[in-house]
Amino acid sequence: MSDPARITLPATRESLAGLRAGDEVLLSGTVFTARDATHVRLAAELARTGALPYALAGETLFYAGPTPPAAGRPVGSVGPTTAKRMDAWTPRLLEAGIVATVGKGARSEAVRRAHAESGAVYFAAVGGAAALLATHVRSAETVAYADLGTEALVRMELVDFPAFVAIDACGTDLYAAAPTEWRVSQR
Amino acid sequence: MPDARSIADAVKRAVAEAAVTLRPDVEAALRDAIESEPSERARHVLSQLLENARIAARDAVPLCQDTGTVWVWVELGADERLPAGLQAAVDGAVATAYSENALRMSVVRDALFDRTNTGDNTPTFLDVTQRPGTGATVHVMLKGAGSDNASALVMLDPSAGEDGVIDAVVRAVEAKATGACPPLIVGVGVGGTFDTVAKLAKKALLAPLSVANADSRVAAFEQRLLEAVNATGIGPAGLGGRTTALGVRVLTGPAHIAALPVAVNLGCCAMRSATVEVLG
Repeated sequence: MSDPARITLPATRESLAGLRAGDEVLLSGTVFTARDATHVRLAAELARTGALPYALAGETLFYAGPTPPAAGRPVGSVGPTTAKRMDAWTPRLLEAGIVATVGKGARSEAVRRAHAESGAVYFAAVGGAAALLATHVRSAETVAYADLGTEALVRMELVDFPAFVAIDACGTDLYAAAPTEWRVSQR
Repeated sequence: MPDARSIADAVKRAVAEAAVTLRPDVEAALRDAIESEPSERARHVLSQLLENARIAARDAVPLCQDTGTVWVWVELGADERLPAGLQAAVDGAVATAYSENALRMSVVRDALFDRTNTGDNTPTFLDVTQRPGTGATVHVMLKGAGSDNASALVMLDPSAGEDGVIDAVVRAVEAKATGACPPLIVGVGVGGTFDTVAKLAKKALLAPLSVANADSRVAAFEQRLLEAVNATGIGPAGLGGRTTALGVRVLTGPAHIAALPVAVNLGCCAMRSATVEVLG
């Protein structure tokens, strides 16, 4: 395996177009945490105004709900939550300008297709590695929805946050391909 | 006699410990898995998980940001009385442990009609049963939703037999394992009734991976299940490889003459549980 690609966020779709499903990456720069309840509110604002709120167009969503600050870090632990729960909203959000998402687990066929159509990229981080991943978070600042607690919209600055390309801009899905590749390799 | 306070104190300590400490049997299984894992990507994932355990223990931060719902199972000695006020005392212990240890509050008031966070991670999901003797055995599990959401329950015809159970388990794993944070611990319950088989599967997750089942029939069946699950190729983090599961644990029990209930409760790679004895 080659060295991980270093990705700076926010990124343009053009700059992510060369990534391929299965590539290892290190993410640095800005992401916004958004999970279940956050998506309900973002989708409502998008429906009302026709645009993403909080200047989210061009940004990356990180499906995560961190633990409170600890060990001198802005969050104690933070890792990806199951992305599939956000699938109902994702095609509309990619269309409205979200460029990339970070989560874990396989996604729907509609979401895979939306990546091919929009040129967005889905990154997978390792679920269950939240103490390690929190050491790659430099800052965390609540932008909106503070009443949602861990589900608030939080701007995080990442430094060399390890992830894999799970769905690339062509719509190739690592979760679909990897088990088959492994089984074939064992024959 | 174990009173509500002594059980609550045990719960409070167990929550704090389990949230930041990887079970030794799980850590040992991860180390073994790296040695036998042919996929380089899978080895990278497994090494992140071992490094995660090291950082969590060193910095006393949660292994996973999903510090879960809390399940407390009190096995009360048959010679003891049920302590008064147990649910309230355990809820108090959980609220204090979550606040003091900066754990995440992850419980809403009502699943359908009021998804407002309760703010203190209560109520605790509490079970009390009897076992022989005195004192109480207190089991505590912090269960993340990623793995619980990927669980399954099916009522098979008895004619389905062992092969039918294996098929049900593999189907459950293939359906949703990528969101359940593999490598998994697969808890399988077989028997009981519709409502109790799920609890059997959950209890199976408490059994250490390092100790083979004393019943050779169960041990052999667990091995068959593990081989079937690891033949899927789903692998660590669902990104391909041999180690889809670190282990399978099975609990069986009596059932109706017409029934073969099967429940699969998936446990994640940061499986968090602890068992504490409270003396009589």
